[in-house]
Formats: sequence, C-alpha cells, structure tokens
Amino acid sequence: MGRAPGRRRVNERTFDIVVIGSGAGGGAVASELADMVSQGVSVLVLEQGARLRDDEFTGQELEMAPALYEEGGGFLTADGTMTLAFGRTYGGSTVVYTGTSLIAPRRVIEAWNVPGLTHADIAARSRKYMAQNNVHLLRPDEVNENNALFVQGCRAAGYHAEQFPVNVKGCRGSSLCNLGCPNAAKQGTHRVQLPAAERHGVQVVARAEVLRIEDRVVVTRVHERRDGDKGLPSEWVPGDYRIRARMVVVAGGAIGSSALLLRSRLDPVVPRLGERLTVHPAHILVAEHAREITNDVGHPKSYFVDRAVEEGYVLETCMYFPFTTARNLTGFGADHSAFMRAFPRLQMILVLACDKATPGNRVRVTRDGRPVVHYKLTDSVIASLVRATRASARIFFGAGAVRVHAPSADPPLLTRDDSPHLDERIAARHFRPGTIPVSAAHLMGGCAMGRDARTSVTDAWGRVHGVPWLRVADSSLFPDALEINPYVTVMALADRAAEAVRQDYGAIAAGMAR
Amino acid sequence: MSRLPGPTTFRALASVVVPESRGLDDAGWAECAAIIARAIADRPPRVQRQLRLFLALVEWTPVLRFGARFTRLDDARRAALLDGLQRAPLLLLRRGLWGVRTLIFMGYYARPEAGRALGYRADARGWDARRGAGA
Repeated sequence: MGRAPGRRRVNERTFDIVVIGSGAGGGAVASELADMVSQGVSVLVLEQGARLRDDEFTGQELEMAPALYEEGGGFLTADGTMTLAFGRTYGGSTVVYTGTSLIAPRRVIEAWNVPGLTHADIAARSRKYMAQNNVHLLRPDEVNENNALFVQGCRAAGYHAEQFPVNVKGCRGSSLCNLGCPNAAKQGTHRVQLPAAERHGVQVVARAEVLRIEDRVVVTRVHERRDGDKGLPSEWVPGDYRIRARMVVVAGGAIGSSALLLRSRLDPVVPRLGERLTVHPAHILVAEHAREITNDVGHPKSYFVDRAVEEGYVLETCMYFPFTTARNLTGFGADHSAFMRAFPRLQMILVLACDKATPGNRVRVTRDGRPVVHYKLTDSVIASLVRATRASARIFFGAGAVRVHAPSADPPLLTRDDSPHLDERIAARHFRPGTIPVSAAHLMGGCAMGRDARTSVTDAWGRVHGVPWLRVADSSLFPDALEINPYVTVMALADRAAEAVRQDYGAIAAGMAR
Repeated sequence: MSRLPGPTTFRALASVVVPESRGLDDAGWAECAAIIARAIADRPPRVQRQLRLFLALVEWTPVLRFGARFTRLDDARRAALLDGLQRAPLLLLRRGLWGVRTLIFMGYYARPEAGRALGYRADARGWDARRGAGA
C-alpha cells in the first residue's frame, strides 16, 4: 500500500487474470477460467455495479431502474435523440434482458468476414450456453394474450411469427424481466456462470469502477455503498486500487469497453477503437383493444417476426411499465393520457431496425473519460423503422386492435378506418428526431474483430492487436449488427476469448517480469 | 434532499403534459417533484444547466407571443406553446421539451399509485396472483 504526498491512498493488489465486467461476456469468461484457480491461477472479476440481494428485486420501476441500469436506463446519445439501455450490476445486462436466446444467423457471421471465425463454431458454443442456461420454449399456457394476439395478428396480416426460446427456470410470469426477475427465474450470468465461478475460487468485486488500464495494471476505484442504495457493500474496502495482472480481459459492453480502452490511450495502437458501433434502433409501438387483455402478467417476450433480410427489421412482442410506456408514446396531454388510461387493454410490439456500421457512429470519451456515443439514424434505418411500424400496425389491426399509436404518423393515433391508408399515414417525412422516441438495448461494436490493427481492434479470439496481454470479450467485438438478440452470441465469443486466454496464459505469464 | 429547479414552471408544464396531475394534492405533487428532483440531481452538471436554461426559455418566451409568462397562460395557450416546441425546426428545442416531458412522466407515472390508477397490476407472483385474484 503506498501514498504519494497529497494523494489518495492507493491499495496494491496482484492477480493473474483480471476480468472487467460481469455480464454475458465477463460472466462466461469467469466461468471458463474458473478451473484454472485450482491450478494456482488467481482470477478476479471487477463489476462497476452493485450485487443485489434476491429480496431487493421488487419490480418497482422507480427503484430498480437506477439500481440496475447505467444512468437509470436513460443514457442519451450525444445529440440527445436516442436512449441507450445497458445494465450496470452483478450480471450486467443479463439481469435486465428478457432471456430470449437465439443463435446468430449464418448470413451475418459470414458477412462479418472475420478470418478464423466460423458460424459452425459460434453455433456450437451458443448451444453450450443455451444448455447451461436452461433455454427452452414456454408452454402455450404460459403465453399471455399480449403475445397470443401478436401471433393472431401476424396470421391475419401475412407475417410468420416464431417463438423465442427463453432462459428461465421456475418462471412465475411476473412480466418484470426488464426490472430484474423478482423470482430468480431468469438464468443470467448472475444466476449461472458467476456463482459457479465463485464456487471455484474466482473473486468477484462489485462497485469496482475501472478508471483506466496501464501496462498490465488495472487502475480501479471501489465505491462506498451510499445510504438508500440497493445492493451489498463491495467485497473490498472502498478506495483506490492498482491491480497488477498478467492478463486483462475487458468485458464492459460496447460502450464500457470502448470507453475504457479509449481513456487508457489504446487508440494509437488500435486506431479503429470506438468505431463500428451499431445498436438496433428501436420503437415501442402500442395499440389499444376494446377489452382487457393479459399483458402485465406472463413472460413479456415470447414471439418475433424476422424481416431482417427482406425489409431490414425485426418485430418482437414486449410489455413495459407505466413510465417507460409513457415516455415511448409521442406527444403529451389528453390524447397521451387516454392511451395511458387504457393500460389494461394495451398490446405492445418492439420494432428493431437492423442498422449497419456507419462512419461517424462510434464511441468517444470526454476529457474526463466519460463515454459519449455519437449515433445518427441513417435514411436506411429510418426507412426500416417506418416499414416496421406499418407492419406492426397491420398486425395490431389484424389482432383486433381499435387504435394504434404510430410515432412516425402525424397525428400518431390511427383507427381501423386508417387501415387501408397505412402506407400514406406512416411515413418517413413524419420521422422527426427529438420528438420520436427511439431507444436501443442491443449495443454492439467499438472493439471490432478483424484481420489487423488497420481495420479492427482485435483478432477473432478477442486478442487486442499489438497488446498480447489484453483481451476483449463482449458485444463490442461485433464488427456489425447481429440482427437478432445478441446475448448468446456474446457468450459464444467470450467462450472463444477464454479459450485463447487459457492457450496463451502460460507463454504470457512466463514472459512477464514480476 | 434535492430541490426542483423552476418549481412553478414545472408544475404548470405538468398540468399540460399530464392533465391528471392537476388533480394531485400538495402531498401528491410533492412526491412527483421529489422524483423529478432526484432524477435531475443524478444528471451531469452540463445537463442540469441546459434544463434550467430551457425552463427559463419556456417561462419567458410566451411574453413575446402572448404577452404573459408561461405560468400565467391558460392551458390552451400552454399546450399551443409546447406543441410549437415539439415541432420546432431547431433540434435543441425539441430535445429540451423531450427531456422535460420525460421527467414529468417519470414523476407522475413512476409512482405506484399512478400505476394502480391506470390498472397496471404486475406482481412478482405473476400468474398465481392474477389467477388467485380471479381475473
């Protein structure tokens, strides 16, 4: 332990491998490296968020959002026109997703064109985690009317609905997945991989914010638990730490990992750092039925329509909470209130645009190291969202809805009389950034895999070009959008990164002067 | 405890954004205001400054158009002003209204009482609670 004159006391620690982040990537790496502990290799996981007790998952929007999400789920892009939601807790975003579990499409992995990365390998590793996480299809009696009406509407409107496999065990149908399951049913890394790793001796330290990475040193600040905060105190005494490590695996997600490496001044080594950010920009669409339906009970996301290839979008069932619903409806006043008062009669669809990596859409950091996300919706993405909104309106009306709220219509309320005119009523000309609610929760890229440092940040195994002891293992590796829900693919890529760490560890440890 | 910036402007805005908020008694509004104030306190200082500036703009701009401050206008004129802001060519103005609107929705709809009033019934016990309730 040392202290320079006038400086905060700095605690010194040494571990063999430090993993930064505990979500789908960090959790998978931790579990894959856990058996190295019995061979004398020390493994540490640092998580910026808190570790919550089971009884702290109350399902209350106002309590859970600040406890589980970065900036309470209200992280804004630089121009303030899109909200990004990503987890900041023990288990990362796997605590707050709905557990939908799909294997990456072959066409996407092939289009990524990353030397050494094959779809067969991704698929095999994905199946391993799907088995670990109890992924299965819900029984028909577990599907609520919000979802059943989607299937009915798809049938009427000519769309092919598919059922999502989900990773739940003992799901009671609280519908509160996005606020953290209050019944410990969702099999995120906080339920599966992290506890398994800890049983093998991996240390996990929560409330540990990594300030920067120096040469095989992780500079970390452990925060105190503030009065009124949810979660346990950190496993370590609050304060500043310099953690020496033989290898460092960064798994803080697309925003967190990119920002951390940028403020660690890695950009001269890998100039593409922060680039190739994609997010699947999304709308929440809402429709009103004449009767009450089961919408706020049961798993919220059971079905989807994949139109990525044909029309550049994916539709998914969803159900949100009063505040989230209110902010995702356009406008204000009496019309807005009327929709809110119809809550027990509401059906919802999430539309996701399949965006493409675009110059300028990227992560940067401020002078004090905070992440800034620059993202502009391209005309192509807006066109996809408009097409998806038209399709959703057809599905809603096909399911019997009496009114549809379409953000890219002006006025946004559509009745059944509008059905023949949807192409005219819902149009890109009404898409006004800053008025239309756009959000995103599938954050990808920033540390893209590829051939070399000229075009990418890591190789196909998450090795940062030119920095052999530094690895990346999360969604930031994606060179382009995945076009499906990403967590299983994140785990598959993290599995590869862990395999490479195991392969390389001996040589790197032997070559490191300690 | 954090204080709400521009409290009278905020309450006047809320009465237009969520008309039901007019029915809140002092304690009910105090609860909304506390939620909004906490949310603002968690935002970066730059955002807090922008918000204060936007509230001042909302309060004083109507003097030019209607000859009175925002808080002195009737609801129809307040709504017309906000509609103009959400259609403004300048993104900064649309964003400002978007942010304020979001805060008001948070203050009003994130309260459990508001959820109950809407008929929102999500319960940790899921299907058991609903079937037990005979719904």
